[in-house]
Amino acid sequence: MAGKTLYDKLWDSHVVREEDDTALIYIDRHLLHEVTSPQAFEGLRIAGRRVWRPATNLATPDHNVPTTDRQKGIVDPVSRLQVETLDQNCADFSITEFAMNDLRQGIVHVIGPEQGATLPGMTVVCGDSHTSTHGAFAALAMGIGTSEVEHVLATQCLIQNKAKNMRVSVEGELPAGVTAKDIVLSIIEKTGTAGGTGHTIEFTGSAIRALSMEGRMTVCNMAIEAGARAGLVAVDDATIDYVRGRPYSPAEEYREQTEAYWQGLHSDTDAVFDKEVMLNAADIRPKVSWGTSPEMVVSIDDRVPDPQQEADPVKREGMINALAYMGLEPGVTISDISLDKIFIGSCTNSRIEDIRAAADVIRGRNVASTIKLAMVVPGSGLVKAQAEQEGLDRVFTEAGFEWRDPGCSMCLAMNADRLEAGERCASTSNRNFEGRQGRGGRTHLVSPAIAAAAAIAGHFIDPAKLES
Amino acid sequence: MQKFTVVDAIVAPMDRPNVDTDAIIPKQFLKSIKRSGFGPNLFDEWRYLDIGEPGQDNSKRPLNENFVLNQARYQGARILLARENFGCGSSREHAPWALEDYGFRVIIAPSFADIFYNNCFKNGILPIVLNVEIVDRLFKAVEQRPAYKLVVDLHDQVIATPDGENIRFDVDSFRRHCLLEGLDDIALTLQHVEDVRAYEQRRRKITPWLFTDID
Ligand code: SF4
Repeated sequence: MAGKTLYDKLWDSHVVREEDDTALIYIDRHLLHEVTSPQAFEGLRIAGRRVWRPATNLATPDHNVPTTDRQKGIVDPVSRLQVETLDQNCADFSITEFAMNDLRQGIVHVIGPEQGATLPGMTVVCGDSHTSTHGAFAALAMGIGTSEVEHVLATQCLIQNKAKNMRVSVEGELPAGVTAKDIVLSIIEKTGTAGGTGHTIEFTGSAIRALSMEGRMTVCNMAIEAGARAGLVAVDDATIDYVRGRPYSPAEEYREQTEAYWQGLHSDTDAVFDKEVMLNAADIRPKVSWGTSPEMVVSIDDRVPDPQQEADPVKREGMINALAYMGLEPGVTISDISLDKIFIGSCTNSRIEDIRAAADVIRGRNVASTIKLAMVVPGSGLVKAQAEQEGLDRVFTEAGFEWRDPGCSMCLAMNADRLEAGERCASTSNRNFEGRQGRGGRTHLVSPAIAAAAAIAGHFIDPAKLES
Repeated sequence: MQKFTVVDAIVAPMDRPNVDTDAIIPKQFLKSIKRSGFGPNLFDEWRYLDIGEPGQDNSKRPLNENFVLNQARYQGARILLARENFGCGSSREHAPWALEDYGFRVIIAPSFADIFYNNCFKNGILPIVLNVEIVDRLFKAVEQRPAYKLVVDLHDQVIATPDGENIRFDVDSFRRHCLLEGLDDIALTLQHVEDVRAYEQRRRKITPWLFTDID
């Protein structure tokens, strides 16, 4: 019999019971935020049900919170009610919450790992599709809907059908200036947004191993953009080093036990995958998305593609529509595209490493006068504090950036941070759908270094080509 | 969840294909923190002449008299007759919540969007797929006879028409069982509480650190 994949192992160790193709799987960690949880709590109240294991839930408001003047509270009454409802629900059901003005508050997918609440070998769920982020820790992590949030609260389980196994290998050494974001955009460029549908993707290969935990989280974060509900990276020393010593990581008494258990969290060498994709790290260049889907991506030194070169009529139509929405002509050099706004943040790229990478490009330079707004939104209060300790906030503010409070912010524009119609933005987030950052707004997905360089030059540019 | 056995009710026709979740319940109502109370805003853009906002007194708004649900003959309808690809669009559950809150328990169509179809069962609504010819025939019958009623029997999987015709329909046996018993997924899982406890006990031995509290 063939060996098991990492996904097989995680799945098998969480099956409570199985009938035909449907399994009941146990959930170790449930993360909550204000947008997808209110109806789930309401459902519990109506049915008179309790929360099965309150102390394994962790909540924080992130989507609706303002990124400035927090002491004044939330101005928009609808957003305020959502956040207050989360506060009330957590109080009523004894769930730990990092409320808006808690230093530990932040984007739910940043604070889970930061607190050691996300651990290798766990099942992690959250009513949010980017829960795939936590797969970087060899945790089976998935986004769920509101009915499922209620189901997990009430039963600590989820009804699931097992997905297929897919492996994406990135072998070799990345060229200088190429980052985790460029890797994952290249993967989606290759697989398409449906390439991982029905699969759990395990990311492997020497280039993935060489990434920091932050970088692996960036890659797994966008597994959902490749169509997969979950992404995974096997455990190695980097994983264990990251996890040790965080507020919720296992106590010292479990040190040997966890070490042994975690080291087993990788695919067997003879495991068989249903689907395989391979990339050569040396071929990857810094990436920029040009369209309205995360698969519409080219290299920074490339041009906007021409729909007339596309043979598939459905794809061609999609490209034409995307270019019309983005206000771009085929054949335009990417470096000729000028920007209006710069957004460095989101659960894809708002961790300390991302902020350092952007600061390295900014240091000693100024934001171009044509840029209307350049902002950095750290992923959590602790990331923000760390960056300030390193003096990075001043690097940004002296250059003309705004240094904001943590939250989802302009990733989806549910708070006041948004694009106006026609505005063009270099964004380190994960979705470039029509209207995602504000009605009529145009989003280009990039890495923190590329966003930073675009802020300085006013247009896209390889950071290596910036004048000093 | 309400048990579903027999629904004997007036049929309202929704004679257009690809009715999407945004048409069923427009975007501005999704910021709500409730799952109930969407009924008055079901098909809001078609039903009213003004633009709907959350928190309005809907009884004071100008009605579009031409819209089917506003016509006297369809008052009290609990069965919706629809066209191809009903419920396409987003995966959020507000669309079935709105239909259910309005009072619909059955939707008959030649086809449904995938996620919407599943979400219906999770919220006590029976979506029935019938072939296009039968659906066409039903549309004609509804139009011809005011207060046209159907009797939908989930147990026997049959729809009885006023003319004495019996139309059979298919439904997944697991889903049928849940609806008949009024079991939502949670109630079902709670039937296996012992299995969950046994699992927790096993895991406590193998991975005790996963049972440390977050506080
Ligand atoms: S940062 Fe963006 S993608 Fe991430 S959880 Fe928030 S809204 Fe979703």
